[in-house]
Amino acid sequence: MLSLRERMPFHYVKLRKFWYLISLLLIIPGLISLCSQGLNLGIDFTGGNLLELRFNQAISVEQVREVLGNFGLEGASIQRSEETDFLIRTRELNEEENSRIVQALEDKYGEVTVLRSERVGPVMGRELIFKALGALAAASVLMIIYIAWRFEFKQGLAAVIALLHDVFIVLGAFSVFRFEVDSAFVAAILTIIGYSINDTIVIFDRIRENLLNKKKGEILEDTINVSLWQTLARSINTVLTVVMILVALLLLGGATIQNMVLALLIGVVSGAYSSIFIASPLWFDMKRLEKQPKARAARA
Amino acid sequence: MKWDKILKLLGIILVTAVVAVAAVKPLIPGVQWLPFTNLIKQGLDLKGGVHVVLEAMDTPDAPVTADRVKQAMAIIENRVNAFGVAEPVVQMEGSRRIIVELAGIDNPDEAVSNLIKTAYLEFKTEDGKTVLTGRQLKDAVAGINPQTNQAEVNLEFEPDGAKIFADVTAQNVGRQLAIVLDGNVIQAPAIREPIPNGRAQISPYESLDEAQNIAILLRSGSLPVKLEVMEKRTVGPTLGSDSLDKSIKAGIAGLIAILAFMIIYYRVPGLVANLALVIYTLLVLLIFAALHVTMTLPGIAGFLLSLGMAVDANIIIYERLKEEIKSGKTLRSAIDAGFKRAFVAILDSNVTTLIAAAVLYYFGTGPIKGFALTLSIGILASMFTAITMTRWSLHLVAASNLARNPKLYGA
Repeated sequence: MLSLRERMPFHYVKLRKFWYLISLLLIIPGLISLCSQGLNLGIDFTGGNLLELRFNQAISVEQVREVLGNFGLEGASIQRSEETDFLIRTRELNEEENSRIVQALEDKYGEVTVLRSERVGPVMGRELIFKALGALAAASVLMIIYIAWRFEFKQGLAAVIALLHDVFIVLGAFSVFRFEVDSAFVAAILTIIGYSINDTIVIFDRIRENLLNKKKGEILEDTINVSLWQTLARSINTVLTVVMILVALLLLGGATIQNMVLALLIGVVSGAYSSIFIASPLWFDMKRLEKQPKARAARA
Repeated sequence: MKWDKILKLLGIILVTAVVAVAAVKPLIPGVQWLPFTNLIKQGLDLKGGVHVVLEAMDTPDAPVTADRVKQAMAIIENRVNAFGVAEPVVQMEGSRRIIVELAGIDNPDEAVSNLIKTAYLEFKTEDGKTVLTGRQLKDAVAGINPQTNQAEVNLEFEPDGAKIFADVTAQNVGRQLAIVLDGNVIQAPAIREPIPNGRAQISPYESLDEAQNIAILLRSGSLPVKLEVMEKRTVGPTLGSDSLDKSIKAGIAGLIAILAFMIIYYRVPGLVANLALVIYTLLVLLIFAALHVTMTLPGIAGFLLSLGMAVDANIIIYERLKEEIKSGKTLRSAIDAGFKRAFVAILDSNVTTLIAAAVLYYFGTGPIKGFALTLSIGILASMFTAITMTRWSLHLVAASNLARNPKLYGA
């Protein structure tokens, strides 16, 4: 029986408009959501206070809100992570307000353990946004340079577009589902970039090799198609092993890094998709555009 | 069967097993560095503690200068050391910021508010003239006054300060001398007689602890600039150990899933890859221990992620290996050809990931830097183990004739 890579049931490059369409269908709703409602920015970006508390009895969100109301914080975001554990996000509070709130909760509902208490000034958040954008730009430029050196400039460009695709998928998903975005999310995005480009490069490497050994008359789109089928098993297995680790972390790793792991999970899956279905077909389109003007000139 | 190859293979497995045990069990009683994973430092998010970012603020009296920030940092360091915290971190960030990290501290809020107290001590006469300041102070010690049984702070002035103090007290007998700390009058005792020996007391304090805190502040000197808290993150010890337990459990579950997958899909090479993966895990932990890397929660995530990526190098190699076997090569030449071709792909793909990790390390702070560091170490170590260990073990397996059927290689 022929294996999948020998049968090649469909042609990756010929179906590329279909792949682009799938990506657009996923990215556009995310973009609309990003423009209309933005991201659910955590205190790392907006500034503010976060309190994670553990009570020694099960109480309800309403009971916690009631006490916060006495401090003019009715609008605080209160999240129950376990029976007795609460995550409370408020505007920036000073030290005194903070300890008075904990004291008031303790007076009403018994002993309270402060698991985590964070205060971030508004300036820090603005800096974080600039740093994140700076890091994204720096990483993209450095990668284009490296790929242009080892492969060719257009492949670098295609690879970076593919990774921006992944960044937008993750940003869009976080915007649509209102997951909170914090500084660990920035780390997740940069890791996704590193992972997605890693995936793409392995495929480009195979194309590079196949182009060196190609038969006479073989056209570029077929070389790309064969290369993609040859690397398919690797692409799938690699993403599977990473997904195994991430799912384990998501289910067992606790609440603190859950959002980071979720971002990584979405990004890694999107990265695998874009490496196969976006980067190489996009490079093919760029190559086609480069040839067309010359062909026209020759005819004229 | 070639027994020498099999013995070598068993040797590798044995060494790996010994290192694995040394990683988690205190093998020899009394040996401090075993298990060696204990040498890996835990970040604040794992052991609990407080992380503060302080920024120097301009005030009309004291605009921020590089010198003043440097002085302030030295004073903060003194204060931190006086609090008696293990392995505190006091670090400059940029030109105006000081980062302080205190681990395992009982009352982080109080500690932070003490850190940034200006502690500017003045002695003022009734007409409001400042006659002496904390700069002329030689020492400040807390104690219990044996007569009144109350906590007090005993001050001792430098010789020039002592002389001024003697003159001032001589000139102002019967009048009050105010002791002012950070603009607040703490007390204003009446001078009964001249004090020639340069000693004075401030009292009473509610407890000896309070007196000791004030004494520490006075001894460390006053801050030359105003410091404000820009960011403060406190993690309680409960959450820290909770997070550590959970991520270790998640890591083990993920690792087992990968090991099982590799055996089922790649068979004999899968076993070799698993050996390489275990060696990889141990190697990375050894590097963390040797470099005293501080492990943070995102750092653990980065390390676990690098496990998944470490398998990738093996997967690239094995997919190649299958192709080479199918193209009719002998097992040994297929292994060599597979490695040779896979190497370029592994190198290029890992360099690009390293670029991302390096950028992250450069831009990130705190836990994020930890994440970038563990990811980078992980990538480098995975390239090493995939290219050296996997190749060597695979050759040993092939040469030992333990598994000759190409089917066992998934081909």
